[in-house]
Amino acid sequence: MLKPLLFLLAAAAPHFGQPADPALIKAWDVSIPPDGKGLPPGQGSVAEGSGIYAEKCVMCHGVNGAGKPADQLTGGIGTLASDHPVKTVSSYWPYATTLFDYIRRAMPVTHPRSLTDHETYALVAYILSIDGIVKKDAVLDAKSLPKIKMPNRDGFIDAYGATKR
Amino acid sequence: MTSKTSRRKFLKTALVGGAGVATAIPARADEYITQAMTTPGRPFTAYGMPSPHEADVKRLLRPPGISPGSGASQTPLEHLEGIITPNGLHYERHHNGVPDIDPATHKLLIHGLVKTPLEFSVDALLRYPRVSAIHFLECGGNSGALATPQPVQATAGGLHGLLSCAEWSGVNLGMLLDEAGVEPEGKWILAESGDAASLSRSIPLAEAHEQGILALFQNGERIRPEQGYPVRLLMPGWEGNLNIKWLHRIKVTPGPTMAKDETSKYSQSLKDGKARQFNFIQPVKSVITRPSGNMTMNGPGYYEISGLAWSGHGKITKVEISMDNGATWVEAEMPGPILPKCLTRFRLPWQWDGKAVVLQSRSTDDQGNVQPTRDQWKAPYSSAQFYQCNAIQCWQVGADNTVKNVYA
Repeated sequence: MLKPLLFLLAAAAPHFGQPADPALIKAWDVSIPPDGKGLPPGQGSVAEGSGIYAEKCVMCHGVNGAGKPADQLTGGIGTLASDHPVKTVSSYWPYATTLFDYIRRAMPVTHPRSLTDHETYALVAYILSIDGIVKKDAVLDAKSLPKIKMPNRDGFIDAYGATKR
Repeated sequence: MTSKTSRRKFLKTALVGGAGVATAIPARADEYITQAMTTPGRPFTAYGMPSPHEADVKRLLRPPGISPGSGASQTPLEHLEGIITPNGLHYERHHNGVPDIDPATHKLLIHGLVKTPLEFSVDALLRYPRVSAIHFLECGGNSGALATPQPVQATAGGLHGLLSCAEWSGVNLGMLLDEAGVEPEGKWILAESGDAASLSRSIPLAEAHEQGILALFQNGERIRPEQGYPVRLLMPGWEGNLNIKWLHRIKVTPGPTMAKDETSKYSQSLKDGKARQFNFIQPVKSVITRPSGNMTMNGPGYYEISGLAWSGHGKITKVEISMDNGATWVEAEMPGPILPKCLTRFRLPWQWDGKAVVLQSRSTDDQGNVQPTRDQWKAPYSSAQFYQCNAIQCWQVGADNTVKNVYA
């Protein structure tokens, strides 16, 4: 009786994972939470971002982020409670960190992960400058980017948290 | 030998003669000996395909978005029976195409707030004990067409086909999280895909640990590339978008990462401008698939009304059918299987008198949730909100034999 039981206990916790290669973690860990933890060194200005946008983004997101064929990035601030809400980065996205995270991992759609950290900071600065969320002379880096308060920062209700309380 | 002309003449005579002789043996019985019965069939195939006569049963391809692989294809619900979606017809929603991943080089990384960051090869994942369960998957944007001001005329699959159901087999995520050893500060995970979209979603750790399955198999075979080959995350009953395909990274975090697809998308805008976020579970829902949109009725007579019901909260306990704009309801049969977070087939025999009628189905789950009418569903939401639409579908069967999507 005892022997098969011991066998089962010994087999109950298989361990087939290998210690992760630190280089793998470094290459893949691109997610940036609202506190900005993990934002890379470097910086980018609105002026630099404007040039990169004209070269790599405008064909899908339109002049000044007006959209079409891809998502509208700008405008719509103050429309969310109206009959015709316009949901854009400017009007709807609660965190600027999300913009950095998403651009760096997925844009441009034809060449994802091709932008440098420097270019990504610059693009975030430029896009957020269009509606005045950052100033026209802004330079963003790991310190300044998480401090940006997006217009719709307090616009979300945590439905999961609500059901747990 | 009797000629064809004389045979027709004979049959005509026989039919005129009355019902009693209608079953008379045809003059040329050998006409009923078909080529399939007289010619040896084709040899074996290594991987079988549907009959060429079923070529019209296929996914409905939506016009692509910003890149050829951005967008969706939908399951032709009206052509299918039972509850299982054939793998080649499982709906797709991709954000930048279907990657071609070699399982020999694919890795799953678990890191963040863990004692030992670990990487797993696919071969390693295949060595763990497995679980199997039949669950539906539904895109958070499914049935969003019902949010539009005017009813869209389309098939059941065209309106509700971002919905499929399969038997998924794989490894409990909790087992691998335990192996890495989650630190006490770890309260959420971020799951990320290894494709050109690197789609990522935050999931509460407790739920991921308890319910998460790393699915390696779909209906008995290894999951299809369109479903995340070689491994996808399955959160049974949860919004399709966070069942991350081509899963390559899980990071244990202190809180939600606020990824693009849990803030800018897949959040539900209310009338006052606020938006519900982290509303993970697909609500109780049903749709009649037969008869359904764009079908042509065969005139008055017997029909079986049949369709699918499901809930991300649990089991379906009841499906009711109304034929009088919701005034009265009759309970449909559910022959089973009735499984939690799984499509459930319902049926109801129906004698149609040929007059115009609106058919509706309404489902209830074992948590007491009842499917709302379209007006009830829309009430709290902003005009732009279409996610997790579980409004009752109304099909108008017309005296002209048409079946249309209506708002009743």
